[in-house]
Amino acid sequence: MTTTDTHCPYCALQCGMRLAPGAAGEPPDITGREEFPVNRGALCGKGQSAAALLAPAARLTEPLVRDASGELRPATWSEALDRTAEAMRRAAEVYGPDAAGVFGGGGLTNEKAYLLGKFARVALGSSAIDYNGRFCMSSAAAASRAAFGLDRGLPFPLADIPHTGCVILVGSNPAETMPPAVRHLRELRENGGTLIVVDPRRTRTAELADLHLQPLPGTDLALALGLLHLVVADGHVDEEFVAARTTGFDAARATAMAHWPERVEALTGVPVPAQREAVRLFTARPTGMVLTARGPEQQSKGTATVGAWIDLCLATGRAGRPYSGYGCLTGQGNGQGGREHGQKADQLPGYRSLEDPADRAAVAAVWGVDPGHLPRSGTSAYELLDRAGRPGGVRTLLVMGSNPVVSAPDAGHVTRRLQALDHLVVCDFVLSETALLADVVLPVAQWAEETGTLTNLEGRVLLRRAALAPPPGVRTDLHVLHALAARLGHPRGFPEDAEEVFAELGRATAGAPADYAGISYDRLTGEPGIHWPCPAPGHPGTPRLFLDRFAHPDGRARFAAPTHRPSAEEPDSAYPTRLTTGRTVHHYQSGAQTRRVAALTAADPGPYVELHPDLADTLGADDGDLLLVTSRRGTATAPARLSKAIRPDTVFMPFHWPGAGRANSLTHAALDPVSRMPEFKVCAVRVEKAPPAGEARP
Amino acid sequence: MAAARLAQQLDALGADAEVTLYGGEPEAPYNRALIADVLTGRHRPADLALPVGAARLRTGSEVVALDTAGRTLALADGDRARYDDLVLATGANPVLPPLRGLFAADGSWRTGLHALRSLADCARLAADAATAHRAVVIGGGVLGVSAARALAALGLPVEIVHQGPHLLERHLDEGAAHAVRQALAGLGVETYPANRARALDGEDRVAGVFLATGHRLDADLVVLACGVRPRTGLAHSAGLPVGRGIQVDDTLACAPGTYAIGDCAEHRGVVHGLAAPAWDQADLLARRLSGADPDARWTGTRTLARLTAGPLEYAAFGVGEAPADADVLCLGDATRGTYRRLVLRGDRLLGGALVGDLATAGTLSRAWLEGRPAGPDPLSLLVAPPAHPARTAR
Repeated sequence: MTTTDTHCPYCALQCGMRLAPGAAGEPPDITGREEFPVNRGALCGKGQSAAALLAPAARLTEPLVRDASGELRPATWSEALDRTAEAMRRAAEVYGPDAAGVFGGGGLTNEKAYLLGKFARVALGSSAIDYNGRFCMSSAAAASRAAFGLDRGLPFPLADIPHTGCVILVGSNPAETMPPAVRHLRELRENGGTLIVVDPRRTRTAELADLHLQPLPGTDLALALGLLHLVVADGHVDEEFVAARTTGFDAARATAMAHWPERVEALTGVPVPAQREAVRLFTARPTGMVLTARGPEQQSKGTATVGAWIDLCLATGRAGRPYSGYGCLTGQGNGQGGREHGQKADQLPGYRSLEDPADRAAVAAVWGVDPGHLPRSGTSAYELLDRAGRPGGVRTLLVMGSNPVVSAPDAGHVTRRLQALDHLVVCDFVLSETALLADVVLPVAQWAEETGTLTNLEGRVLLRRAALAPPPGVRTDLHVLHALAARLGHPRGFPEDAEEVFAELGRATAGAPADYAGISYDRLTGEPGIHWPCPAPGHPGTPRLFLDRFAHPDGRARFAAPTHRPSAEEPDSAYPTRLTTGRTVHHYQSGAQTRRVAALTAADPGPYVELHPDLADTLGADDGDLLLVTSRRGTATAPARLSKAIRPDTVFMPFHWPGAGRANSLTHAALDPVSRMPEFKVCAVRVEKAPPAGEARP
Repeated sequence: MAAARLAQQLDALGADAEVTLYGGEPEAPYNRALIADVLTGRHRPADLALPVGAARLRTGSEVVALDTAGRTLALADGDRARYDDLVLATGANPVLPPLRGLFAADGSWRTGLHALRSLADCARLAADAATAHRAVVIGGGVLGVSAARALAALGLPVEIVHQGPHLLERHLDEGAAHAVRQALAGLGVETYPANRARALDGEDRVAGVFLATGHRLDADLVVLACGVRPRTGLAHSAGLPVGRGIQVDDTLACAPGTYAIGDCAEHRGVVHGLAAPAWDQADLLARRLSGADPDARWTGTRTLARLTAGPLEYAAFGVGEAPADADVLCLGDATRGTYRRLVLRGDRLLGGALVGDLATAGTLSRAWLEGRPAGPDPLSLLVAPPAHPARTAR
């Protein structure tokens, strides 16, 4: 290999990194790239150790098929692909085209996401496609679209953050989930700006803040409305901005009146003086930002919750102006691009709608098919998994870039649904927990071995160039789609070459909300990424959105005006404690990658239950005692980790591990009515000391 | 308020029902808890309007009679309307104290005499306060204290005459009440607890208040804040069960297809008279009536008293005075005007109050509302860790 400039395989920052040949027999050396503005040379432990997974020993290097005895055994590519294609064909013949489905991922490149959507709609003719990004950004996406007419994680570059007056970070813990982003928060404070962190836990990020608000899980919506109330009551409404650039303020004011601070205090546990201090800090300077992450979003009222935080920005005139606005800190590597190009059940590339005749016609023309032959919208990720193997559900499922056995809500149930499929095929580079259930496992290339584009949390489109060749036996996801499509009667239209796919993606998104038409590999080679929309080759891209107008036809932003409602599952006498879930600094998502990196596993070896010493006291539990956590859906056991950082009415579990400590065995699949986001962030559990070994309960 | 929340929730839950809100007041439903802030000018009256979902509003349309058998109601203007289900959210009226001189010759309230329950009251009081010189508030409960503070904020000298042994005795122990009294004094409000007002002085306009002790307080503006009583007349005339309030069962029904929520309702002998239980009752009834949870039941709730009146703040719950076998944990700081107190039996919370320092109000209120034990370190419910770690480290 030669030295190659690329980007990290993990989160949505897509930190710039440089790969250089390692010592003999060692993986490539990784260093951060100073010139890339997101990380400016910094990398976290995950990024620094990413090359460990390139070693053949850590990964899959030959296809596996399940044989008659039920064991996975090595097979040739043609046998594996033939079996899957045959299963897809048979499902469609017996049950109809929607019986063959696709489950994608927010880590897939734009090219893969695009081609996966095309594969489902054209090669399979199926509406059954969705992806794990539904579990990540869908609530923020729905709320942004409703408010601004367009969803882009951040409407400004990350590097703007140090120049705003105040940042409210809601349910986000970048100090652990995206450490290189923290420098922007530190610089914000060095510049005299203030940081407010809203999190039920006093996280490492909360420790950096000027003010930490610690609401009960599931009450971020009420908190936002309480702050909006104080904004109205204390005369901080930007009347001029509201009149000139928004609609719907009267309804927002009414909902704010219904959520007065003392009421909000009782609902959230955030004292009124702290609410007042938050409003004081947020309005003390002329600019401000609200950034949300999974905390407020992964709730059965996630869309409404994000809407309420956006209302706070709109009422104070902190949107659509330089150094002000609402943004979502997208989680997965291509969480942004992955949601733009057709993996979503209701969308075509460029955020076009499957239900809009003009959008259907535009994409059908690029694809060379009759618009009438495109399927309609399908069901959301959890619903797709929930119906798997049942009447009306999928019978054959292709999983690419996802590990739902660990990452889906109510994971025990989802596992049983996957086991009920006639055929499960998983494309991955490691033998994930989902791959272990598969009938066919296809070993695919990973980030450093293939070329493709990703769109980071700023809407910045980036090129990751292949730095080295994959081991023998490994092929690319694009090859898999090409080969399966060919077997399903579509020898053309599914190129294996990423640049060719990207050029087609550009044509398919021309004129669409997420317009990539002006972006090319050539341009991306010379620039540190290009922010979409970029409609023409000469267009500079759009680092900052909405400065002149919002994306609704009337150019105005819309207030959401939601109202508080309880979580889908509130504690009761049988399940008296709230569970919330999240990530740790050394692991990423389902852990399928990071659990295979020795340095990361040594630093953070397994699951745990974080709980307040007061709660531990009532359980008679000490630090390190094995705890049994039970919800209406399942149980998990993990050692206690006592911490005053968490509320005494709430326990926290990281969700990176399978097996007995799997947090998602407990979580609740109550869905947001708009985004269909499951309620990962709050459910009711009972916490007990686990019975000694040998006395395990049935 | 309860009615607006019910209508909003019925809409949010997608109830297949046409909802009409009838009210005697000219305004659309508004947040009564914020009225004192209208008096001070912090809120414009119109800003208090609450969301009501898709409900049809019939303002200025007081319901004067019910026929629960025939499921019709009659309005003051003679109109009648049919309904399938009826929810009474008639709220409460101010209690008139036994006080001579309340009424003018024509039976109307004496000029200069006010209540503070509605926006109309508020508008009259604000207009009168603009030219008044001295105010007396009769009653030292929540309403009296917040009215007195609001009048003081308008620049009037204010005195509170309170019959009870100390201010806010329904919520606060003597020490907490003393802290509130001190805080009020700092705002220009004098308090005379354990004093009963006997009569109003004056001819056409109020000129003073005679106390039972024989003292006379000069005042050309008097606010009655002697508590409220559930408005049950309509229900009583319709033959619905009425005790102190309209008596409802665990389904919040007082008769088939007839419900009562909020300040007018009495459940298992309890009239809450607070906004939070009214909200919760509205939510529960909305779940029942919308079909979202037809079996939902109301089994009562814990309540928490909360007052924010400008710089004066307190939170209180449970018992005020401690039973003999209880432990009391108390932190008083006369210099800072703060007072914090917990009443415990073992690690069970029986009551508590925070005056002046509300930093732990959230933790404490959640613990109380959820019935959690105080834990091994009850002091942590009164003393918050520093809220701004980064700033102190700067």
